[in-house]
Amino acid sequence: MLRFTLRRFLGAWPTLLILMTLAFFMMRAAPGGPFDTEKTLPPEIQANLDKKYHLDEPLLKQYGRYLLDLAQGDFGPSFQYKDYSVNELIAQGFPVSLRLGGTAILLAFFIGCLLGTIAAIRQNTATDYTVMAAAMTGISIPNFVLAPLLILLFAVHLGWLPAGGWNDGALLNTILPITALTLPYVAYISRLMRSSMIEVLRSNPIRTARAKGLPEHTVILRHAMKPALLPVISFLGPATAGIITGSVVIEQIFGIPGIGRFFVQGALNRDYTLVMGVVVFYGILIIAFNFIVDVVYALLDPKIRY
Amino acid sequence: MVTAKDINALQSLNSNEEIKGRSLWSDATHRLKMNKAAVTSVIILLLITLMVIIAPSFSPFSFDEIDWDLISTPPSIANGHVFGTDAIGRDLFVRTLYGGRMSLMIGVIATMVSLLIGITYGATAGYLGGRTDAIMMRIVDILYATPFMFFVILLMVFFGRNIYLIFIAIGAINWLDMARIVRGQTLSLKRKEFVEAAIACGVTTPRIILRHIVPNLLGIVVVYVTLTIPQVILVESFLSFLGLGVQEPDTSWGALVNEGAQDMEIAPWALLFPAGFLATTLFCFNFIGDGLRDALDPKDR
Amino acid sequence: MPLLEINNLNTRFQTRDGEVSAVNDISFSMEKGETLGIVGESGSGKTQLVLSIMGLLASNGRAEGSARFKDQELIGLPINEINKIRGNHMAMIFQDPMTCLNGYLTIARQMTEVLILHKGMSMADARKRSIEMLDAVHIPAAKTRIDRYPHEFSGGMRQRVMIAMSLLCEPDLLIADEPSTALDVTVQAQIIDVMNELKSDMGMSIILITHDLGVIAGIADNVLVMYAGRICEYAPVNDIYKDPQHPYTRGLLQSVPRLDSDNSSVLHAIPGNPPNMQHLPAGCAYQDRCEFKREICLTERPALRRISDLRQKACHLEAL
Repeated sequence: MLRFTLRRFLGAWPTLLILMTLAFFMMRAAPGGPFDTEKTLPPEIQANLDKKYHLDEPLLKQYGRYLLDLAQGDFGPSFQYKDYSVNELIAQGFPVSLRLGGTAILLAFFIGCLLGTIAAIRQNTATDYTVMAAAMTGISIPNFVLAPLLILLFAVHLGWLPAGGWNDGALLNTILPITALTLPYVAYISRLMRSSMIEVLRSNPIRTARAKGLPEHTVILRHAMKPALLPVISFLGPATAGIITGSVVIEQIFGIPGIGRFFVQGALNRDYTLVMGVVVFYGILIIAFNFIVDVVYALLDPKIRY
Repeated sequence: MVTAKDINALQSLNSNEEIKGRSLWSDATHRLKMNKAAVTSVIILLLITLMVIIAPSFSPFSFDEIDWDLISTPPSIANGHVFGTDAIGRDLFVRTLYGGRMSLMIGVIATMVSLLIGITYGATAGYLGGRTDAIMMRIVDILYATPFMFFVILLMVFFGRNIYLIFIAIGAINWLDMARIVRGQTLSLKRKEFVEAAIACGVTTPRIILRHIVPNLLGIVVVYVTLTIPQVILVESFLSFLGLGVQEPDTSWGALVNEGAQDMEIAPWALLFPAGFLATTLFCFNFIGDGLRDALDPKDR
Repeated sequence: MPLLEINNLNTRFQTRDGEVSAVNDISFSMEKGETLGIVGESGSGKTQLVLSIMGLLASNGRAEGSARFKDQELIGLPINEINKIRGNHMAMIFQDPMTCLNGYLTIARQMTEVLILHKGMSMADARKRSIEMLDAVHIPAAKTRIDRYPHEFSGGMRQRVMIAMSLLCEPDLLIADEPSTALDVTVQAQIIDVMNELKSDMGMSIILITHDLGVIAGIADNVLVMYAGRICEYAPVNDIYKDPQHPYTRGLLQSVPRLDSDNSSVLHAIPGNPPNMQHLPAGCAYQDRCEFKREICLTERPALRRISDLRQKACHLEAL
């Protein structure tokens, strides 16, 4: 187990390096420098700015400096929000984004697994068809369509919930954004869970368990749950990436002060360092999460422990 | 020793096979036709495609024609704006269909890009096997863990919002799944007798891949294409929604949903029509993909 | 009172292409301590027959008729009632030992749960008993290996574990569905030996399903030959070998290679294939492959009839 964990841990680093390298060279290959949008500056000031941001050094040296800074957890200054470093902006937005995204992932996982299991046990009954029809709808309505529709219904028409704003994370303000972010993934996970549970319930070990006279709930919870969960666990990696991506748009729609909003603002204003900082930060987050998922998978499946 | 009886047995075995020998494809087509949801989806999708291609040219309005007298008017038959107008008085019916043209086109082209890369890469890795395969798939694994959506956004930010770039960027993300699936299929196909026979006959490797492996991958590829197109449409809509995709006055469903969401309180139709079209299209593709998968994989679910 | 009495058992499956009947009108009974061999080609309905008795049919299958076990009707019994019987008084071993154990739980977990459930034992007692049982089927170092996962055992070992697991509650009836087919020949013999040993120790009844007549000879008292979901012959094991009375039984015997006969005897294959269960011919199901086919075989299905005190057959021929 320790060896497996270690191997996976080491395996995560190349991905991280590729991510950072790609981000760096893409930024440098971009037409024009980061100050292009501003008026032409006097050469001395330009030189000063270049010096301040080390743009006068050779590319490789800049790359090395950039990696070194990242290794120390320094994402550099923001070009747009002149008084803030990218670190400060991320530190400010992350707790909000984490609460939003974390809740969404947990909810999607538990509700999705529950619904999928129920549908699988009641395969080809009205319950199953209802759950699957709902899931199909959930998959087909992207979160950026769902969010305005939810606002239109629950905020504008019925007036039950606020249409936006964070209000320091008051419960009422979180309901709509979390719903919009979670529902598509509830749909994905319940479909995945249903088909994997159906497959497991038809397998030989389950027939053996039934032949032993075990009650149905023991058969499902003790014998079928673990193998049925494995595909869902592997999907959690991509799902997390998807929810993080989705949170960008959801924060934008609901006006929530998370990282995603800085990211979109930065993207539209061509704030290179901010955008890159966020990409690398989220990249690290996703890679770390994938690593955890791998380890959890190994814990569940005795066959890959050694 | 082979007796006359044995030969009889063999012959009757062969004739039996012929009776049962409905091909996989005709079987699958039959099953797909029985699937009402899938058939309905195909019809709706064809209708939408047809509308999107033909209808804008019959409309009296063009997609970028601004009418300052009719700003955000609700749908009405009387003034000819059946879906109403947007915040600067453009006809939403034409814009929705025009946006659909863009979304569907991006969906199809980007899927083709990913298909081309994915099949070539996957078939090569699976067919060559051994260390080449291990290295190629390791690269896929590494890329898989990279949050590509953000890279597409980076691309859009750094290199300007260019529609061709969208095709390439989205196509380049989606080939990973395809490569994995195709590789798995190729590995199992490789051990089939007809491929071994071809190798024994001295057919060259690229030729075997093209003539024997790729055609047999068709089933899985068809399923995958129907499931990839909606994903691609989704990615494009997402980018356009953020304002990073298709640029004014061009439009796509994602961009229209974005505009519609801006002032949905006063003009909900500007949100509902494009959103409806987008969701319906995604719905249909997903149903067809599901139906095809069930049809080609005869385990009843 | 017989231990198991089957009367007019029918099993049907609803499939996409229509209804298929896998088991037709089967009736037989067996006594305590008896070993019954069920023989037939794959697809003859032997496995579905025992799965019907165990209540383990796939969700699209339905069994009708009667199966009385220790004077209790099994068909139509609610699931929580049948759960008190299976694994406890009636146990089953499946065909493919490689896939029948749960790969995600330790052997200990899978064995002790049976004893805790049916016998109300404590975890410690259940564990002790499980280790004894593993010893009985000759698993070396059972005390430590019990905490391993199935993938750490070989195929033959896993089948022994399956046998040990099914015998934990000392059932009155053990159903073994081709317990040795998937294994090497030497391991096959070991498995049959283990079963024979346990049978005489515990005095239980066994239903042994196989397509291998050689396996039956060593262990069974009576043999039931099935074809296309029906019984075609039932007889004591020695009679079957010496004097088969159904053309199909004879065909099966002739297709078994024998070391003890002179080489002049040619190994026969039964011509043709088992019939399509969805489109059974009118009359005898075996007609297409039978060398004694007569007019009546085409139109009238032969009923199962008694031909001596201990023997029954379903064939229009008076004697073979």
